[in-house]
Amino acid sequence: MKNAALALIKPYVCDTGGLLKALNTLQKTHGYIDAALIPLIADTFNITKAEVKGVISFYEDFRRSPAGKHVIKICQAEACQAVGARKLMEKTRRKIGLPADNLARDTSVTNRVTISPVFCLGLCASGPAAMVDGILRGRLDEDDFSNEIKALEGAEK
Amino acid sequence: MIKLFLPLDSAAVAVGADAVANEILRVTASRDTRVTLTRTGSRGMHWLEPMLEIEDENGRRAFGNVTSEMVASLFDTDFSNDHPAALGRVEEIDFLKAQTRIIFTRCGITNPLSLDDYKQHTGLSGLGAATEMKPAAIVDEVMTSGLRGRGGAAFPAGIKWNTVLGAEADQKYIVCNADEGDSGTFADRMIMEGDPFLLIEGMLIAGLGVGATKGFIYLRSEYPVAERILGEAIKIARTTGLLGANAGGSGKAFDIELFMGAGAYICGEETSLLESLEGKRGQVRAKPPLPALEGLHGKPTLVHNVISLCSVPSILANGGAWYRDLGMGRSTGTMPFQLAGNIKNGGLFEAPFGVSLGELVHGIGGGTRSGKPVRAVQVGGPLGAYLPAEMLDIKMDYEAFQEIGAGVGHGGIVVFDDTANLAVQAKYAFDFCAIESCGKCTPCRIGSVRGSEVMAKVIAGNDVADNLTLIADLCEVMEDGSLCAMGGMTPVPVMSAIEHFPEDFTGVTVAEEK
Repeated sequence: MKNAALALIKPYVCDTGGLLKALNTLQKTHGYIDAALIPLIADTFNITKAEVKGVISFYEDFRRSPAGKHVIKICQAEACQAVGARKLMEKTRRKIGLPADNLARDTSVTNRVTISPVFCLGLCASGPAAMVDGILRGRLDEDDFSNEIKALEGAEK
Repeated sequence: MIKLFLPLDSAAVAVGADAVANEILRVTASRDTRVTLTRTGSRGMHWLEPMLEIEDENGRRAFGNVTSEMVASLFDTDFSNDHPAALGRVEEIDFLKAQTRIIFTRCGITNPLSLDDYKQHTGLSGLGAATEMKPAAIVDEVMTSGLRGRGGAAFPAGIKWNTVLGAEADQKYIVCNADEGDSGTFADRMIMEGDPFLLIEGMLIAGLGVGATKGFIYLRSEYPVAERILGEAIKIARTTGLLGANAGGSGKAFDIELFMGAGAYICGEETSLLESLEGKRGQVRAKPPLPALEGLHGKPTLVHNVISLCSVPSILANGGAWYRDLGMGRSTGTMPFQLAGNIKNGGLFEAPFGVSLGELVHGIGGGTRSGKPVRAVQVGGPLGAYLPAEMLDIKMDYEAFQEIGAGVGHGGIVVFDDTANLAVQAKYAFDFCAIESCGKCTPCRIGSVRGSEVMAKVIAGNDVADNLTLIADLCEVMEDGSLCAMGGMTPVPVMSAIEHFPEDFTGVTVAEEK
């Protein structure tokens, strides 16, 4: 695993913002950034482990453990709030058995679905909006959408 | 031959444009009809997306809210004007007719990835003018235009350009801030998806003007479509020589790199963006030194928002004086106003400054989508003021907004109907700050958390008057004690909500009242 990771991050060592590029690549490839890779990353970029950790923890996109099979991001910013984004989030979380906490990043009980708030997808005239496994969605109906996510969560057990 | 046009813009894709495109291909294959389908940017009428256009000898006609189920019937009726989805001539639609499209002149019309399309529709004419000019003359045009930074701070662009031009260094940079995180804004996204060569041209002109040879576009990761389109556009620009050792035939080198962020609102703040671009935590830097003198890697750096850079080509093509004569007072030129939230006709409306907020919300925007009365309008993103319906006669103008303690910001206008509870919105402003604060300044890092807690007490009806005094005090500390606008302006939505909607801060919830 370490050799594969090294091959992924090495090309960025001399780039502007190379560390962010390397972490983005690791995140894309593995779905999270394994803490076991931190010494290797630090060594490769000639910085401290603390610096690497600090960068990983700063950015929302970098996960420290794998996400559920399906990643759902529901916009919770103002423009979507104005057209029912809070209810959409509440209902969707409730349907898959998560406690009401719209601003929490969480995984559902079966690890099939990870739901996170996102602060703006740029679909502010087409809200409420969400991203389901990388696919943008707009003008969502809270019943249809929460049922759809419930189906995702229940499937493939 | 039938010529069809359908947006690839996120706002169209999110409501089914790709399914419509697939259905068009399926129907045409089964019927042996000859069709070309061009994926364009969006016209900005997002309530009509997916909007399909057909071109005939008289121009284009549009069909709104097209679904894949509807596609066969469009072919059956020969795209007749009697079809229920027909909108008639595109240019005759009031929402478009009332605009002055300078930045978005090609958006929705051309193929975003066709450099030929771009050139045929006046693209590269600004660059053409710039290559004939000395750097100082380019900067002079921008100075004359009165263009102010469109990211939110509204700093005069010409002054910034002049500072970078005057700085002596072996390397200078152009950094495009495409970290458009403000809720209610999507102008950057739309232009990057719909007309990416405009941004490339703007950055190249900026490079020639200030003597920079390298540009970065710092793009937020929430914009996957923009990432793809910009990536391909940069490749095309490199192959055709628009970027490279002799960029666009200018005799000077210029290249652009697309750099992806990783989900941090604060990286839209310019110094935090520079830290992030250097691969670090996106923590705000103290100013001075100004990025124009010591920016990326400590080198003179021109940091501009996408729309600022996209305004530059037309300024060079038509002259700074032409641009200056648009707009009002010191707010020159056009602004892409983004009508968002609970609004009937939501989308992008480009107009010179000076149009009234009420006209945008009620006239152009048609009021709320829900049909209920407008209660509050937040202008300028999460750090913008909440204004009540009675204040909407204000003109869209930097100074007019400043006078009432608000800001135009990036031109986002978010409408709320009468179900909105402004105490809940004010609490959210603190919550958002707590989530997105970079953590450098204590008033912002801790104050936002405390603000949220105290506002929760107000909402619950605990010691309302005392807690509101605490909030006002806290907001003062945040405003005075934070380096950047995140902590410094979170008080704006909070205090404007308290000032204009005191009835929501009585500790009695709206639901109980009704």
